Amino acid sequence: MRYRPLRTLLSVLLIAIPVTLILTLVGLSRGMLDESKKRTSGVGADIMVRPPGSSIISFSGAPMRQGLVKKLRQEPHVVQATGVIVQQVSGITSIFGVDLGEFNTMSGGFDFIEGGPFKRPDDILIDDYYAQQEKKHAGDTINVLNHNWRVAGIFQSGKLARMVLPISVVQDLTGNTGRVSLIYLKVDKPASIDPVVASLRKQFEGYPIYPMAEYLSAISVENVPALNSFIHVVIAIGVVIGFAVVCLSMYMAVLQRTREIGILKSLGASRAYILALIVAEAFMMGFFGTLVGILFSFGARWLILTLVPASLQQAIVPDWWPLAGLIALFASLLGALYPGFRAARQDPIEALSYE
Amino acid sequence: MSEAPIIEIRGLRKTYHVGRVDVEALRGVDLDVARGEFVSIVGPSGSGKSTLFHIVGGLTPATSGGVRIGGREVGAMSDAARTRLRKTTVSFVFQKFNLLPNLTAADNIELARFLAGKNHGADPHFQDVLKLLGIADRLRHKPSELSGGEQQRVAIARAVVNHPAILLADEPTGNLDSVNSRTVLELLRDLNERLGQTILMITHNPEAAAYGHRLVHMHDGRIVATPPPT
Ligand SMILES: Nc1ncnc2c1ncn2[C@@H]1O[C@H](COP(=O)(O)OP(=O)(O)OP(=O)(O)O)[C@@H](O)[C@H]1O
Ligand SMILES: [Mg+2]
Repeated sequence: MRYRPLRTLLSVLLIAIPVTLILTLVGLSRGMLDESKKRTSGVGADIMVRPPGSSIISFSGAPMRQGLVKKLRQEPHVVQATGVIVQQVSGITSIFGVDLGEFNTMSGGFDFIEGGPFKRPDDILIDDYYAQQEKKHAGDTINVLNHNWRVAGIFQSGKLARMVLPISVVQDLTGNTGRVSLIYLKVDKPASIDPVVASLRKQFEGYPIYPMAEYLSAISVENVPALNSFIHVVIAIGVVIGFAVVCLSMYMAVLQRTREIGILKSLGASRAYILALIVAEAFMMGFFGTLVGILFSFGARWLILTLVPASLQQAIVPDWWPLAGLIALFASLLGALYPGFRAARQDPIEALSYE
Repeated sequence: MSEAPIIEIRGLRKTYHVGRVDVEALRGVDLDVARGEFVSIVGPSGSGKSTLFHIVGGLTPATSGGVRIGGREVGAMSDAARTRLRKTTVSFVFQKFNLLPNLTAADNIELARFLAGKNHGADPHFQDVLKLLGIADRLRHKPSELSGGEQQRVAIARAVVNHPAILLADEPTGNLDSVNSRTVLELLRDLNERLGQTILMITHNPEAAAYGHRLVHMHDGRIVATPPPT
């Protein structure tokens, strides 16, 4: 069979695109969730209490009264409690308002790389990723929520948030004075977690209350409904692109090889053999498309890390490689069927007189 | 004991429908070919010679009449049986060589063995054929690096590698100069005389036709006793 390297190469690259898309999308989602998991677990709490009506993933929902924090702290086995308020800044960036004293007791405090805790009312703390991305140092000014803040300290990332303000400042700024959006609890010993959660759920009906471990394990790409359907759409697009690319490419290949197919038939090649030739080539395209797509997903990760270190963390998701590969192969085989059957049915006499 | 003919053609007709026009390519052909014969077929362009070959090789169906090869009716064969026929019983050599361009000469020959499922082990008979061909030293080359005569000899080797009962050569020397034509024709005669290969050869060249044992004239889709006066 005559090979057209350029056509084959282009087809492989085109098949790689949806593979990259799927892997990058899943990788970004997972990276983002892993990041937020890491930060949440950095708080050091055992139990999380959220406002009624809030979903497990989003921080929205009417905030709770701050008085609740004191009440929860008096529950048996609860040794510490702190409330935080979360304000979305943009897309995936949130700013957290904390009571620094309470928060430090629970989490062990921020590890400052530069500067230190709040000193002035317009002070803000940011983590090192954000500082690096925005090229800020302690003492610099940043504008968030339409205000200029002085960067008092830059802390090691992995604790609660990328940007932290005093709780009262955020409450006043967002018209939520005396309210919190999340309450973290710490109990005396691990064995107390489940009984405390059970008793709290009874007392505070309608409030989502989870053990931290359960909350963290519930965060996954598959559990975010919007993300899930988005991924399905991308998979469908991937199948369509792969199908179209392979169908066109193999159709061209069959036309270019009309004469060769005629020769094979005159030598006694069966229809099944000719179909198998076309399908095998499409299979190779799908296979190499997957490999290239996986390579591209590393490239995308590198690009994101280099260009916007604080925004999104793209995880490499080897557990999705087989699925992405299956999608590419399935689309390729589907695309090969029509050209393949056409080649198999070709009239050998016409094919042999074809120039 | 007289053996039955390897090819028996009876009342063979073939009509092509080209749009609204019917082209009668064959209008009742009767022909017997005995095993081991070398038959030359001559006739003006359009007289139906190639069409006859295509039907004998099962590449296209007849409109009416029949072709029996080794006693089996080609028209009654399933698609799979016709495929098998081309793999093992009837093979073609064309005017345009029809080698696969990016396989070497050896691989072109090997492919035919592979398609017939015979690509295992050496074949002493085939070694004899290669000797007859005289292209042993050119086998590692691609067709584009071979002369026309060499390409046609490779095509003949490919055609006979699976020991077909019948070799159909459609103007095998049509694209060759007289020197190369002679090599190819002598090769065909050697195959016929030394190995008993049954050969049907279409040609426009009287000199080439003389290599056969028997001359068959075709005219307007029929076999005629003597060539019509021109
Ligand atoms: N696939 C086809 N469709 C329609 N008509 C065809 C087809 N093949 C051959 N014919 C017609 O059938 C007739 C016989 O053609 P054929 O090719 O058998 O002649 P030929 O004797 O081999 O001629 P030549 O010496 O030029 O090769 C011609 O009139 C030709 O135009
Ligand atoms: Mg012809």
